[in-house]
Amino acid sequence: MIRDWFRSGRPWIWLNAAAVSTSVIAVVALILLIAFHGLAHFWPAQVLEAEYNPPNGEPYRLIGTITDSEQVAGVRLRDSGVPVDDTEKLYTRYTVKTGNRQALGMDFRPILAHRLSDISTPEDIMVLERREWGDFIGRLKTVREDGEVVARGDAARAALAERLERARGLAERIEEIESGRMADINYRIDQLRLDRRGLELRGEADEAALAANREQRKALEAEFADLRTELDRLKEQARRDSLTAEIMDGRVVTVPLANIVRLHYPNEMGWTDAVGHYLTMLWNFVSEEPREANTEGGIFPAIFGTVVMVLLMSVFVTPFGIIAAIYIREYARQGPVIRTIRIAVNNLAGVPSIVYGVFGLGFFVYMIGGTIDQVFYPEALPSPTFGTPGLLWASLTLALLTLPVVIVATEEGLARVPRSVREGSLALGATKAETLWRTVLPMASPAMMTGLILAVARAAGEVAPLMLVGVVKLAPSLPLDGNFPFLHLERKFMHLGFHIYDVGFQSPNVEAARPLVYATALLLIVIIVALNLVAISIRNRLREKYRNLES
Amino acid sequence: MSENATTPNIQIAGLDEGQRDLDLEREAIALKVNDLALYYGEDQALKGINMRIPEKRVTAFIGPSGCGKSTLLRCFNRMNDLIDTVRITGEIRLHDENIYDKSVNVPHLRQRIGMVFQKPNPFPKSIYENVAYGLRIQGVKDRRRLDESVESALRGAALWDEVKDRLGANALGLSGGQQQRLVIARAIAVEPEVLLLDEPASALDPISTLKLEELIYELKDRFTIAIVTHNMQQAARVSDYTAFMYMGELIEFADTNTLFTNPSQKQTEDYITGRYG
Repeated sequence: MIRDWFRSGRPWIWLNAAAVSTSVIAVVALILLIAFHGLAHFWPAQVLEAEYNPPNGEPYRLIGTITDSEQVAGVRLRDSGVPVDDTEKLYTRYTVKTGNRQALGMDFRPILAHRLSDISTPEDIMVLERREWGDFIGRLKTVREDGEVVARGDAARAALAERLERARGLAERIEEIESGRMADINYRIDQLRLDRRGLELRGEADEAALAANREQRKALEAEFADLRTELDRLKEQARRDSLTAEIMDGRVVTVPLANIVRLHYPNEMGWTDAVGHYLTMLWNFVSEEPREANTEGGIFPAIFGTVVMVLLMSVFVTPFGIIAAIYIREYARQGPVIRTIRIAVNNLAGVPSIVYGVFGLGFFVYMIGGTIDQVFYPEALPSPTFGTPGLLWASLTLALLTLPVVIVATEEGLARVPRSVREGSLALGATKAETLWRTVLPMASPAMMTGLILAVARAAGEVAPLMLVGVVKLAPSLPLDGNFPFLHLERKFMHLGFHIYDVGFQSPNVEAARPLVYATALLLIVIIVALNLVAISIRNRLREKYRNLES
Repeated sequence: MSENATTPNIQIAGLDEGQRDLDLEREAIALKVNDLALYYGEDQALKGINMRIPEKRVTAFIGPSGCGKSTLLRCFNRMNDLIDTVRITGEIRLHDENIYDKSVNVPHLRQRIGMVFQKPNPFPKSIYENVAYGLRIQGVKDRRRLDESVESALRGAALWDEVKDRLGANALGLSGGQQQRLVIARAIAVEPEVLLLDEPASALDPISTLKLEELIYELKDRFTIAIVTHNMQQAARVSDYTAFMYMGELIEFADTNTLFTNPSQKQTEDYITGRYG
């Protein structure tokens, strides 16, 4: 019986099916886990108010949201110094986010579920997202202008909404001046400084040139001073309004409205409000800049940096890889030398990526970048321009890393172009180069796209080498802006992969960062999938166009 | 020729005695092969071939598989150059010019000696672009000249009526027979002097084969045609002269009538009467 079953080949089919299902389940589980943890973070959670009687300490009133819950063995609790009675083996322990870091010293605390009593979700609890100190959770008491109460009690809410609108408008203008116009002027003043230094270095620093330079500089400084005045005025205006609110320990705290990003009352939100809030939070996450050492705010610079870096990498690796593959497959005499080269190329794909990072740092950054600085940017020395990790070097390092993938895929594509087609072209009097350009390369283009897809997938997920050649925790400006030459290849940039590592391991506030790790990971997957889908759709279109003769 | 050799008792359709009054001595010669030998590495594939291919005639090459007939055909437009291990001695003269001379521009030679392969090999482009390919290679950009050449080539290959409404369609959508005629149109669009056909009908159904043979008959007014075929009836039907090859040697070369009805060599007779091959 069993032998027949084995001889029928069934077990083999089952084994195959099992392998496939395991892979599928693994992928689905991975995405679901990341999506669940990442996306749930943005949902406006209910804020609880309860009496908490800690095992060792005075009872107090607790206001906060439950962000996590786990089962802990009583023995473990006792061992860590928490006195528990032996009525149960397992205790539920919540992680409760209380916010108000500036007043309470911490914004997450472990809470034993069985010691909570009198739990309610009062509707008047307000959650503020602040520019500093994380979230604020409390009850609105008064709204003040220049310290004088203008509204209290029920009227306070409406007054707050109105004044918050004004504060937000001011904040936007301040932001626009600080990181828009002032940054521009700073950039131009710096350019003038470099110009002047350049003039001195070239020995062209005569009085007229220096005077012109000084003149321009003076104009810019005057402009800067004007902006400064305007900024001070706006900040003064922004300081006008504040609110007071009662936090969980009964203290009444003053919060300047300028410090508030947005507010909501989670416990009174209906279903539609909650969805709206959720979508807003999600959009802010992908469109805003990070705050508070990356534990708050959005990750737009990281998304932007990742995409720009991957695109640049594709621009570098595709032509280079394709040309190399054409030489290896079409022109080089197939012999021991080319076999060795091919083995070397294949093995290059197996070199640990951090090694590429070290190479990129040593070769691209220090050697090439250092030389470029000496030749083209001597006026900026000793501070480096290209002789420091940056976008260009990161893209080149990753291009090098993904080169074998492109070469191998292109070579396979070239090999698949039937000989009969090449002969057909040659027999019509085409030279080898004409045959390549007009017939062989178009037919191999789907394979080249496959190579690019694999390269993109690998490059977008790579972190280790990037830490050495250009990625930073927080980049002061995007690599793309309005100042000539618009794309600043020498700038450092942010990257989603590194962001995950940074937020997850280097964050001062682990509890606050954890959901962001998941959300960022999800976004990284989404971006890689999106880049791949674009490439795949291009490839499929090419495939349709250059269908193989056999099919 | 052995004494008891009799006229082969096979009936060859299309062989019409008296219709052709052919004499190789009186023909103008397009290609002249002198002592041609070809080696694949150490293996000799062609041995001392000497022959003359007459102009504006159809010359067929027959012989068993592996006898070297395709290899010889590919020598005429230097297609064997593509294989690294091939070494060739002797010469082939196209109107007194040795095509194996160092000074010969090979792509230019291939424009003068076109070739059609065993399996239809259209490019994955439109029908129009397939036919215009050779002209574009030559640098023709004038749209009107391209249009005219494409039309006349497609007419010449008896394909025009079938495809004139869909010149922009992908050539890979054509049937096998149409593809092969398209490939012929592509070859004649560059106006070669010689057209080499390497078993052009072997991948086609009988009706397409018939059309192709009619086409060859029409084309010989304009081109010198050399055709390799493993189908003796086909050789008899379409060719004026026939060469029989065996084991890399040219055994017999004569006008088709004579070769099929009165072969001078025992090997030829054995082959055409089906005793081997």
